[in-house]
Amino acid sequence: MSSILKTNALESEAIYIFREVISQFDKPVLLFSGGKDSITLVRLAQKAFFPAKIPFPLLHVDTGHNFPETIEFRDKLVAELGLELIVRNVQDSIDEGKVIEETGRYSSRNMLQTTTLLDAIEEFKFDACIGGARRDEEKARAKERIFSVRDDFGQWDEKNQRPELFDLLNGKIENGQNVRVFPISNWTELDVWSYIEQEGIEIPSIYFSHKRKVFLRDGMIWSHSPFVYQEEEEAVEERIVRFRTVGDMSCTAAVESYAATIAEVVGEIRTSTISERGARIDDKRSEAAMEKRKQQGYF
Amino acid sequence: MIKDLKPQWRKENNKVIFRIFLETFKIQNSIFKIKKLMEVLKIATAGSVDDGKSTLIGRLLYDTKSLTTDKIEAIERSSKQKGYDYLDFSLATDGLVAEREQGITIDVAHIYFSTAKKSYIIADTPGHVEYTRNMVTGASTSQVSIILIDARKGVIEQTYRHFFINNLLRVKEVIVAVNKMDLVDYSEEVYNKIKADFQALNAKSTFKEQVVSYIPLSAINGGNVVDKSENMPWYTGQTILEHLEGLEPKDVFEKGEVRFPVQTVIRPKTEEYHDFRGYAGKLYGNNIKVGDAVTVLPSLTESKVSKIHFFDKQFDQATAGSSIVLELENDINVTRGDMIVKSGELPRIEKDINTTICWMDSKKLVAGTKYIVQHNTNRVLAKIDSIKNTISTDYSGKKEATQLSINEIGEVNIKLSKALYFDAYNHNKSNGAFILIDVATNTTAGVGFIK
Repeated sequence: MSSILKTNALESEAIYIFREVISQFDKPVLLFSGGKDSITLVRLAQKAFFPAKIPFPLLHVDTGHNFPETIEFRDKLVAELGLELIVRNVQDSIDEGKVIEETGRYSSRNMLQTTTLLDAIEEFKFDACIGGARRDEEKARAKERIFSVRDDFGQWDEKNQRPELFDLLNGKIENGQNVRVFPISNWTELDVWSYIEQEGIEIPSIYFSHKRKVFLRDGMIWSHSPFVYQEEEEAVEERIVRFRTVGDMSCTAAVESYAATIAEVVGEIRTSTISERGARIDDKRSEAAMEKRKQQGYF
Repeated sequence: MIKDLKPQWRKENNKVIFRIFLETFKIQNSIFKIKKLMEVLKIATAGSVDDGKSTLIGRLLYDTKSLTTDKIEAIERSSKQKGYDYLDFSLATDGLVAEREQGITIDVAHIYFSTAKKSYIIADTPGHVEYTRNMVTGASTSQVSIILIDARKGVIEQTYRHFFINNLLRVKEVIVAVNKMDLVDYSEEVYNKIKADFQALNAKSTFKEQVVSYIPLSAINGGNVVDKSENMPWYTGQTILEHLEGLEPKDVFEKGEVRFPVQTVIRPKTEEYHDFRGYAGKLYGNNIKVGDAVTVLPSLTESKVSKIHFFDKQFDQATAGSSIVLELENDINVTRGDMIVKSGELPRIEKDINTTICWMDSKKLVAGTKYIVQHNTNRVLAKIDSIKNTISTDYSGKKEATQLSINEIGEVNIKLSKALYFDAYNHNKSNGAFILIDVATNTTAGVGFIK
């Protein structure tokens, strides 16, 4: 018998990045949202360190407005893999008066997560935060580095980024600084789905078509939920939908879909011509929305 | 598109109709059945706004149906705001707010598209001399480079620079795209003149293995980008996409000796894996097999590969490019920064190195200063011994110099506090490149290629 390993360049790159993180930093953490990208990161981290356990904790910044399916999934995954999970709540930041809850038609806790995240980084002295952001998601992300240095205030200086050449990643930082790390920078939405299919990775049920109480606004499908502001004239109806991204309920729009399996989801992505972040209500606010949020430390 | 589909889905039996739709789609595009991650080909592009580089990239995205409706709408909106009567594809590729205001691309932007065959990543950089460092960065991870020439201007200084960088970085495949053929009446004569000029330039190259291909284009109306141009019947070669589709990502890697820089040591310390000691890293240069006799650097300890792991499976052999875990036969001391090579294929082990450096920091590089050299997973303190010259990127030769400013390329001698185990960049790319890290600011100040 002769077995020859041929790995995919994207997978190899991601595993390589995880191993650089553990070697170049003292206290890394994986930012876990319960979405498919962060679930993919967990699988890649498993592969990077097997047969050892994933050598860093997961951090979930909980807005309190998550889909219950996501939380259930998170807890199951953590228990199965024996991982350490840290949860920090946006509600606590609100109660402590550090942030003020938004009100009105487009109110969301999405922006408020930044403060809770930065506080958690300071509390645990994390020096590397691993995230599932991809360069294909949004224009401002296209220039993000794999190792992206943030200052004491969590800010991103996009004009002063370190060049990244070959596989050489420079994670040298000063005390107080931290680095955001993006192992799947070079993956596209389709790559992530293909990988989930290839690996048989489990993902939360809301990614597949299901019946949900929703209402329509601005041509988008919003979840009917106590966490989502809704005008009286915005009528609730039942539709067959699924979600392409899983964020806070108040900022994640559904799409009509009958895709019940990953193969059908992949097929739908190939035919669909609306981008993934097109279903993110927060990005619609303005073209430069993401870039501004990133400069302030948003993930 | 989504809106158009809705009525179909909303008929009596939604599910059936959706499936019918997918069947039709299958015929149009076999890509539907993707179940595995596709191979990736990385492309570097450089050029100024005037060359129509953004138009070319926008075209590639548009014609491969990689632009989404919301992106097309955003482009239409912005184009209208600017008063254009055509689609300004540059808006599809220009990233940050400041750059949009200036109307130029700064830095390296990454653009993604895929076909049924493979995934593509374009590293797009500006072509002007003050962005040399960005072009070098983009080329460092690319297997293919597209050099754009404006058919009206022909081979100009900028063309020299792009080709020089592709030579220096040893990018194996170069596509010379002669764009704006529509503005020279699709003249074969003009195209042939440009091709001849470029061939003359190519004759100066020392990188003889480089494959240079020539394609006449009219990116603005899509000629020879994805589809064949009807206006240039005299051109019988491939379109840009056809050419890219034919390139095997693996074939463009340079074959050489096995180089395995150790990233980290895996020691699970669990009951099941009590004595497990695995060396994790990415494999470069060539394949490695179980049973291969290996030498660990810098200790020069010899051993044999006993197992090759990838996640929970074991393999007899791993191909270059794989991120794997190796187990060795005897229990020897290996740490991060060490390198495992095949015995009999040792790299050079030296403390004084002659290099070509591309400088990337606003603080100038001068002799006598100290930097950290990061070479693979190894970091060594280094002193800049002497700066010999700067090399002009327009092939006009070397000039004596005592310092390197940002975006300058020059020959530099470096003294290291500990020996590096390396190959000449021209011999083995991954093991011949390094970065210089500023000791005070921690920034990546330059990149070097060892001779």
